[in-house]
Amino acid sequence: MTIKKSHILAFLPIFALFFSCQEKNKEASSLAKIDQVSYNFHVRPILSDKCFACHGPDANKREADLRLDTEEGAFAALKESPGKFALVSGKIEESEVYHRITSEDPGELMPPPESNLALTENEIALIKRWIEEGAQYEPHWAFTRAEKPVVPKATEWANNEIDQFIYNKLLEKGLKPNPKAQPYELIKRASLDLTGLPPSPEVLDRFKDFSGEYSYEDLLDGLLSDPSYGEKLAVLWMDISRYADSYGYQDDNIRTQWPYRDWVIHAFNENLPYDDFITWQLAGDLLPNANKEQILATAFNRNHKYTEEGGVIDEEYRIEYVLDKTNTFSKGILGITMECAQCHDHKYDPFSQKDYYEFFAFFNNTPEKGYEGDVSISKPAKTPVLWMDHEDLSGIMEFINYQDSSKLSVSVMGELEGEEKRTTYILDRGVYDAPTIPVSASTPASILEFPEDLEANRLGLAKWTVNRDNPLTARVFVNLIWQEIFGTGIVKSAGDFGMQGDLPSHPELLDWLAVDFMENGWDIKRLLKQILSSATYQQSAEITKEHLSIDPENIYLARAPRLRLTAENIQDLVLASSGLLHQELGGPSVKPYQPEGVWEAASSGRGVLATYIQDTGKNLYRRGLYNFIKLTVPPPKAIIFDASNRDQCEVGRGRTNTPLQALVMLNDPMVLEASRVLAMNLGSQYDNDLEAIENAFKRILCRNMKSEEKDLLESYFEDQLERFENNKDQIKPTLEVGEYPIDPSQETARNAALMQVIVSLYNLEETITKI
Amino acid sequence: MEKELLEQGLNLNRRKFLSKLSLGVGSAALGSLLIPDLFKGGSPDEEAIMAALPHFAPKAKRVIYLFQNGAPSQLESFDYKPLLNKNMGQELPESIRKGQRLTGMTAGQSSFPLVGSYFKFNQYGESRAWISEIFPHTASVVDDICIVKSMHTEAINHDPALTFFQTGAQVGNRPSMGSWLSYGLGSENSNLPAFCVLLSRGKGNGQGVYSKLWSNGFLDATHQGVQFSNSEDPVLYLKDPKSMSRDERRKMLDQISAMNDLSYREFNDPAISAKIQQYEMAFRMQTAVPEMTDVSKEPDSIIKMYGPDCLVPGTYAANCLLARKLSESGVRFVQLYHQGWDQHGDLPDQMAMQAKDVDQASAALIKDLKQRGLLDETLVIWGGEFGRTNYCQGKIQPNNYGRDHHPRAFSIWMAGGGVKSGMVYGETDEFGYNITENPVHVHDFQATMLHLMGIDHERLTYKHLGRRYRLTDVSGKVVKDLLA
Repeated sequence: MTIKKSHILAFLPIFALFFSCQEKNKEASSLAKIDQVSYNFHVRPILSDKCFACHGPDANKREADLRLDTEEGAFAALKESPGKFALVSGKIEESEVYHRITSEDPGELMPPPESNLALTENEIALIKRWIEEGAQYEPHWAFTRAEKPVVPKATEWANNEIDQFIYNKLLEKGLKPNPKAQPYELIKRASLDLTGLPPSPEVLDRFKDFSGEYSYEDLLDGLLSDPSYGEKLAVLWMDISRYADSYGYQDDNIRTQWPYRDWVIHAFNENLPYDDFITWQLAGDLLPNANKEQILATAFNRNHKYTEEGGVIDEEYRIEYVLDKTNTFSKGILGITMECAQCHDHKYDPFSQKDYYEFFAFFNNTPEKGYEGDVSISKPAKTPVLWMDHEDLSGIMEFINYQDSSKLSVSVMGELEGEEKRTTYILDRGVYDAPTIPVSASTPASILEFPEDLEANRLGLAKWTVNRDNPLTARVFVNLIWQEIFGTGIVKSAGDFGMQGDLPSHPELLDWLAVDFMENGWDIKRLLKQILSSATYQQSAEITKEHLSIDPENIYLARAPRLRLTAENIQDLVLASSGLLHQELGGPSVKPYQPEGVWEAASSGRGVLATYIQDTGKNLYRRGLYNFIKLTVPPPKAIIFDASNRDQCEVGRGRTNTPLQALVMLNDPMVLEASRVLAMNLGSQYDNDLEAIENAFKRILCRNMKSEEKDLLESYFEDQLERFENNKDQIKPTLEVGEYPIDPSQETARNAALMQVIVSLYNLEETITKI
Repeated sequence: MEKELLEQGLNLNRRKFLSKLSLGVGSAALGSLLIPDLFKGGSPDEEAIMAALPHFAPKAKRVIYLFQNGAPSQLESFDYKPLLNKNMGQELPESIRKGQRLTGMTAGQSSFPLVGSYFKFNQYGESRAWISEIFPHTASVVDDICIVKSMHTEAINHDPALTFFQTGAQVGNRPSMGSWLSYGLGSENSNLPAFCVLLSRGKGNGQGVYSKLWSNGFLDATHQGVQFSNSEDPVLYLKDPKSMSRDERRKMLDQISAMNDLSYREFNDPAISAKIQQYEMAFRMQTAVPEMTDVSKEPDSIIKMYGPDCLVPGTYAANCLLARKLSESGVRFVQLYHQGWDQHGDLPDQMAMQAKDVDQASAALIKDLKQRGLLDETLVIWGGEFGRTNYCQGKIQPNNYGRDHHPRAFSIWMAGGGVKSGMVYGETDEFGYNITENPVHVHDFQATMLHLMGIDHERLTYKHLGRRYRLTDVSGKVVKDLLA
């Protein structure tokens, strides 16, 4: 694979946003800077976005029988204009493409005005130069085998190879790395990244500035071996595997897939290599002598929605489920938008509709039904089911947190054999009752030919997926991990590595990381430690004038990103810092405080989830990961903070900033109760008000107060103290929030005032931000 | 901090969103319920899309969608078919059914007996529209509405059909109509969300609604519908804790702002100042929303018009009144859902109750908007997700019957906002089974709605994972006949 040095133009649109008046100059100078125009990095993005819909892979929609996505197609004589050619290497005048994109005749102009697409001057200039330079095609970067590129030379700043790549690019862009972050910032940052929990004051004190007994590396090792590590990474995988606790659709009854979630936590904590992690989930049931743990992993394919609406047509929904399995695998594991080829050939990527149904065929051979009856006879799992009894749960499945003595059932995969095997057909327009040509299970050759010696079933598919030659699997996963840490992937479109996806900001780094990951046994903990050990990661998050002018989006990482925490981790932070968090791994999902009537207003009134029956006791204080997800009415707080609604596989979340989020932090009983409990504990622990505030601050912000902050907080405390002393009737109603037991002797003006200070601390921007 | 650079970044985003404001709010207030991720900006694609809006002069500025969830029967409301009464109990001819698919609930029936409406029909207004006797108030505004009798859809079950109506696709996590409009047009009111959702439930057999129906899908979460509830807390988490006065709230916000400002000075991150502004908007919402939901200041004449139920929070009538207030205040899209329209059995009783719940308030909304001079710029839509079969589900009992789902022909009505009034559009065969004239597909309906809002449905797109999506998916044409 060849990747050209300069990718400036690929990111021009971002600059254009902020410097629209200077846009033209910038573009022109950037164009001049390019040594050679690259098909992959400059031209294909334009052709794909503006031309391939009519001149691309989709044979049925192809206009004038011309395709520009392949070299053969583009250089062939034009069928409708004999003697003419779309592209002639090195010759603008003879290249019909150039005439058509610059034509002033609306009837000739490409793309045609009615398509609502248009080329910019710069895009035209790029295509012109590309033709002049020979119009060389290249294979799409993401579909070529990843090789380890040469690592740029080390610098004093660099801790490891990651930094060498990053530094090189920073130099190219005229940026320099930020200074190292403060030790307390690093402790908070690494704790949040690896466990999703804030460091306690004790941890902060133990590591201090890393100059004592414990080093930064010790911190990382400790965090990576903490069981909450598995919980942190599981959130990402729950989004990908569209995990939920109900069936979705209509009556939306309860189901039992949480043992799968417990397995994911367990697998991450055990550091199951990613190739096995994927193989078990895709085809654990087909492994030789498969054990129940491996079969449980296949629940990955069964987390999608199931209808229990009376009167549905069985096959319509069975097909729907197979489509979902296919699309989840494609998007979550391979990072491709295969679903586009469900109804027709893909418009941008080299996937035909036949390719789609050959992929689909792998998942179409499970004894699954489209409909097993309506909500009145709903069961916690649907065919095929894995049953687990007491013996299993005290043996290899001990990681499942199940306190009941009854058997446990989970929807998993199974495979039809012999005469029962299903034939898969291409479905016309993707419609269940319009089968056309029969196909057999295979993979798109444009990614990697399906080796003949592999079984043509899910196990073969799994082996193909984790094959060293598969160009996508490792790249996609290291990119997801990068996105977890830095907020944006090296490829920004983490779910689309195809032609329409974003180009990698650091292609060499991505490939180096992917190959290094595979060469080192697909070791996820090692990958994370590698990233967190880098100097890139350890920079301060401070923003300078240079950052804003050269790299406002922080693509090149001359600073650490400041990222708002996920919905789950906000809950974790509030509960952990207040001391309320009940740490327990796994188990059935819990129902903490939720505003009244949310489920009831939207329910059909049928099924056990028609009403929200809130939990009590320790289940009110579990990590956010364990909150019950009813698909049709996902937890409103989580949705307000951009969590996935788990309707389908998602590989990234937005990060919005809305007034509804402010209202949650100000008025959510969870935040208020946590503030009250912490206030009362600190109130009795410290006689000195300021010491109590200092401790609260350190627990919540994970650092010591600065003097200006101290002044502000002290005066707010004094003000509140006066308020409650003068209005004693307000003390009780202020403090009595939440179910956590309250000692009436603690209902003092001082504690109420302290509570208000703590609520204000939870509402600081910095509190729920990884800095 | 280099203020000018920061301002430059902020201004570009502000411009993008402020340009969507048509009520001239102050520059401190941002357009929609949002400050978008400030330095993410939009893609160039999105910028161009925004710059081109509106594509033509809008007829309607706002939409109120009165969704009748569960699928009310067209045959007992707006599609008068005397033949069904005449041929009561006779078999549905195969020449009419044409082997079309049925749901699993009636596919196994050995007989498909035709059943006529239990209710009488009369003709009203200049268009001489046939309306059943259980909708007398709707009949009284017949000259202000446009009845479309030739709607058809692709889905045959509730969940996919609802999802199709709201998002343009039966499955998949696509944005809802209201989210598309919030994305395309922003809000007219800086203290209220652009897209509000109100739920009510009738006594008939119901089907659930789901918050995914007002989901932003792949659009920014700031475009999600905000559900108003009838509890003490009209918007989730809006209400301050006990003993927290407005002054105390203000004091706490000042404290938070002062602390956040220190942090801003250290990191120079514009996200911090955006956060400060979000807290300010939250504070304003805490006043604006309760003012909105408080109907105590409405005059008696209005209460009388909507009916006494409008004083009972959470009823359809109360929601219609609230919808008028929200819309009047500039909320772009108010989405109501009234559940209970799934009459597989006991249709005569249930349908009468359901109609009683909605008839008066729906008509009152039209009259109320009209008397305020707002009907011209407000598009009101009434209808469900599909229609119901002309044959009985199960056996016909004396004065009792039910109807299964029927996606091939059903009725809705629209009013105001540039829709031709006093018209009946489309026709079905005498069995009420197939459309014979002017079919309107769900995507056509959506294209028409967007057109009335000044939007070309093919040009309001959002690029997600490589593909440009739109509300009308890959089809839909504006029904020009419906435009005034």
